[in-house]
Amino acid sequence: MGNDFVVPAIVAVTLVTVGIGFYGLRLARTTSDFLVASRAISPTWNAAAIGGEYLSAASFLGIAGLVLKYGVDVLWYPVGFAAGYLALLLFVAAPLRRSGAFTLPDFCELRLGSRRLRILATAFVIFIGWLYLVPQLQGAGLTLATVAGSPYPLGALLVAAVVTANVALGGMRAITFVQAFQYWLKLTALAVPVIFLALQWQADGRPAVTPPDGPTFRAATTVVVEHRATLTLPDGDIREVRPGDELTFAAGDPVPAVSGVATDANDWLLPSAAGDDDRGLFATYSLILATFLGTMGLPHVLVRFYTNPDGAAARRTTLVVLALVGVFYLLPTLYGVLGRIYTPQLLLSGQTDAVVVLLPGAALGDGLVGRLLAALVAAGAFAAFLSTSSGLLTSVAGVISTDVLGRGSVRGFRLATVIAGGVPTVLALHVDGLDVSQVVGLAFAVAASSFCPLLVLGIWWRGLTDVGAAAGVVAGGGAAIGAVLVTVLGPPLSGWPATLIAQPAAWTVPLAFTVMVAVSMATRRRAPADIAATMLRLHTPEALRM
Amino acid sequence: MLAEITRQDTRAERTRAELAQQTQVGEALVRGLVRAQLALAVRMSLVVAIGLGGLPWLFAIAPSLGRTTIVGVNLPWLLLGVVSFPFLIGVGWAYVRLAERNEQDFTDLVQRPER
Repeated sequence: MGNDFVVPAIVAVTLVTVGIGFYGLRLARTTSDFLVASRAISPTWNAAAIGGEYLSAASFLGIAGLVLKYGVDVLWYPVGFAAGYLALLLFVAAPLRRSGAFTLPDFCELRLGSRRLRILATAFVIFIGWLYLVPQLQGAGLTLATVAGSPYPLGALLVAAVVTANVALGGMRAITFVQAFQYWLKLTALAVPVIFLALQWQADGRPAVTPPDGPTFRAATTVVVEHRATLTLPDGDIREVRPGDELTFAAGDPVPAVSGVATDANDWLLPSAAGDDDRGLFATYSLILATFLGTMGLPHVLVRFYTNPDGAAARRTTLVVLALVGVFYLLPTLYGVLGRIYTPQLLLSGQTDAVVVLLPGAALGDGLVGRLLAALVAAGAFAAFLSTSSGLLTSVAGVISTDVLGRGSVRGFRLATVIAGGVPTVLALHVDGLDVSQVVGLAFAVAASSFCPLLVLGIWWRGLTDVGAAAGVVAGGGAAIGAVLVTVLGPPLSGWPATLIAQPAAWTVPLAFTVMVAVSMATRRRAPADIAATMLRLHTPEALRM
Repeated sequence: MLAEITRQDTRAERTRAELAQQTQVGEALVRGLVRAQLALAVRMSLVVAIGLGGLPWLFAIAPSLGRTTIVGVNLPWLLLGVVSFPFLIGVGWAYVRLAERNEQDFTDLVQRPER
């Protein structure tokens, strides 16, 4: 690639993250110090920190890649990622803060007083955390391979090592300032280049995003195929390509149609319509359900709510988060759209997730501005990997050290961090064929089918029992996990089974709610005796606290 | 907290004690608050379910909508890519206001001296 700004930019982001972490560590050495300090944090800072932790590789790279590949139907990803915070605001934010629970297992124990349910919740926190960590590391490997030409495993291992070391040494623990900084860095890293890209697009005479004859190459291009695919060439020939194949195109050549990609303008531009594919509509609704309801069940999101001083502040913070992520999500779509014009070769190579990091160079050329902007985007991408994986790793390591290893010592936490970081690293090295956003979508589906019903019913329904909660989590969450395992490990499916497995939320979420309610009603006598006191605590304003 | 309590007059004090001791009056008050907050949350989520959730269905039954363009951009792209975010923020803003009003009503009820 020959961009000599990229590596220094990535190194700088990493050093600043680690540096601020260690500086903050000296300021806040114990958990109680941190909690006291956090009371002074305004909702705006806290919200930027939550946003910084939340906007992951899937948001920064994945959405643009999906838009490039599939078009309008995947705009539900950013809408759902943002709307998840609205669901969190409406049903969970204030009562959860008032419950005093720090993690999801804590909430189970506080609300239902069951040790066994706590263990089950711990298992789900670990599974969801790992499932969400894999695509972050994958994105890191992909980005470093794209911008610096390193082998794929290097980037994944690098981020895994930096984050694991940083969390294990305590540098990243609950440092609001680092996460807030990462939010603004990510926003800048997408917003500034997009201005230059739009100007360039104007200067190029506003080339059509969907030209009538299909996408064409603007410059002579050589594509190295990364994933097996079937191409339909413009003259109607069909050609199988394998990883490593090289294809050469001249400027102005049409882009061949690629199997599994919306190359055709209408597929890409228009939403799936009735009649042509019921499964498309089902998948859309399933995705909406998973993202709307999954956010509240993500382990690294909930931990941050504890840093609000009271329930009302938790609500205001969530509203600000919604606004901050809403602003951010206006941007990735533009990268996907402009990618249709400037980087159509990614449709052939299969590396559509790289569109955000490649677009500035492809559109603006190798001049100083192009290289600086490419470096800025790469730095933003690394901020995304570092912040999200640090938040996830802290949450997963926290529950492993307290609930699995059973010791609250610093040594125990460090051991837990190494375990929590090691497993997803190994997984990330083996699954580079999946779209970053799709794996994240599955993590949302598992969270939506396990923790969402647990939280919503736990907060609003007096009749929930420990047995009912466990049964619902096992049925809904178990079904969603099964779907994930089949997607990642199983044979390729087609037709309805493929749709039901790839986007499971539309059937696993209702399943979880139904089982939870039915079993709770059947075991009514097990409802906690102190439920009235719990409801009082969850729902009454702090000003009235006795 | 201490200063706050000394400021309360004795009747408000009694209501708060009723809440804490879960007398029938206190219990009914809390149930009322929970019901009001849940009804509000459900109403707001219905607004979103209809406003956003209706879109895939609408695009599916009326494909011509997808071809409609405003300033050169197809309507679904505009609705999903841009308009949906201010819509979500607006719903959230309205919810925070109304939820805080519910809590204020509850606090007034508990602390009202002449009750």
